Amino acid sequence: MEKHSGYMQALRCRECGREYPLTATHVCEFDFGPLEVVYDYNRIKKSLTREVIQSRPKSMWRYRELLPVANGPTIGLEVGFTPLIKADRLAKRLGVREVWIKNDAVNYPTLSFKDRVVSVALSRARELGFDTVACASTGNLANSVAANAAAAGLKAYVFIPTDLESGKIINSLIYGANVIGIKGHYDEVNRLCAEIAGKFDWAFVNVNMRPYYAEGSKSMGYEIVEQLNWKVPKHTVVCMASGSLLTKIHKSYQEFIQLGLAPGTDYKIHGAQATGCSPISTAQKAGLDFFKPVKPDTIAKSLAIGTPADGFYALKVMKDTGGAAEDVSDDELRESIRLLAETEGIFAETAGGVTVGVARKLIASGAIPEEDSLVLCITGNGLKTLDAVSGHVGQPREIRPSLREFEALVAAEARPIKA
Amino acid sequence: MNSMAKTVRIPTPLRKLTNNEEVVQVNAGTIGEAIAELQSRYPGIRERLVDDKGDVRRFVNVYVNEEDIRFLKNQQTPLQDGDEISIIPAIAGG
Repeated sequence: MEKHSGYMQALRCRECGREYPLTATHVCEFDFGPLEVVYDYNRIKKSLTREVIQSRPKSMWRYRELLPVANGPTIGLEVGFTPLIKADRLAKRLGVREVWIKNDAVNYPTLSFKDRVVSVALSRARELGFDTVACASTGNLANSVAANAAAAGLKAYVFIPTDLESGKIINSLIYGANVIGIKGHYDEVNRLCAEIAGKFDWAFVNVNMRPYYAEGSKSMGYEIVEQLNWKVPKHTVVCMASGSLLTKIHKSYQEFIQLGLAPGTDYKIHGAQATGCSPISTAQKAGLDFFKPVKPDTIAKSLAIGTPADGFYALKVMKDTGGAAEDVSDDELRESIRLLAETEGIFAETAGGVTVGVARKLIASGAIPEEDSLVLCITGNGLKTLDAVSGHVGQPREIRPSLREFEALVAAEARPIKA
Repeated sequence: MNSMAKTVRIPTPLRKLTNNEEVVQVNAGTIGEAIAELQSRYPGIRERLVDDKGDVRRFVNVYVNEEDIRFLKNQQTPLQDGDEISIIPAIAGG
């Protein structure tokens, strides 16, 4: 056991409250409940002020007291502090007063919010003495583990369903990681990885390292609050796979309010899923506090988790904050990818289309009033899921390198080129 | 030995109860019976898997031959000789 553990005190079961030492373990021995890091908030409050945060480099680690590493980060120092964009053109199309895009499609280094969780998990894994890291992944996590492990000189094994988008597979292979394709869907990859994690002494970022890993998502919420000039937004729309990100955004807002970094306020967290894999939104719409597992069938593969581990807690957050949930079809999410691209110049992956599409539905239904302001969490980059929109975005009009042909083309289309 | 032909893979958090056995053979005809059989041999294991109402705990996933029992018949899921049962904690996303 290490000599000191920074601002961490223990791991605690979210179900029964039993406490465990700060090792690589994720499940309560008594009831299998997930373990969560307990912090010494009194000490954090003394050292973490707005001034201290603002004096630090613009990365997720400017909030390091609230992230679970003992000695500070060693991997992923540049991750985070992605742009928060005021999206007026999109707001107009959605029919709402104000929209902000938290754009983790340009997170460093692998263009998804997963760099946040991986930076924490790998820094912590190194503290705990591991030389091999691993994950079960729908793609983005595999990319991030592979890249960050390569940069840190750690060995990596990433396990993915074989039917992922080619962009996500190549983006893991290029870093020299051991990429294992599993002939099954993500829930089956997950089950296998739980069994592998029981046999191999590796740091599985979303299995035995999960309590640390999951905390990294909070940094997205901290940044949103700081970038809104220390205000918690009235509405936040978050896509849900396991539901973990949604619960951690909520936790980040609560911590900032509790620490006095942001004024207390009412806010709603809304959840977004793809209709082809919507166990959480289906349960929320039915008013249930439990979900029924499903077999995923959607092009939003990064969200295709039929047995969402944090589904119960995501439902509770939406209930406690008065948030809503919705889901969108593959066609609707494709249209929404285009809408975001055409209005704001941001090309999101399928999950981003889900988030935008669900926001549109929630505004139309009145769940998000048109006079309000909302933040959309865009978690991944469209360049990785080209397969999903290929064939749905039109084709270039081809001509020979001739001015006359171009003029003929413009005349034939009999309308001005879109400004 | 002829009927002791169903295998249960014990997850790490429960191995203290099974004297560190990773794999246990059972004779049960259903998942519910298998849990009862495990309890008779490893007292205390039942309450780890099942809540006060007798339902499988919400963070426990049970699989028969790689299929989640919630897609089968839950605790009434029948077992055949040679079946493999896995007990797995829920896992985070990826």
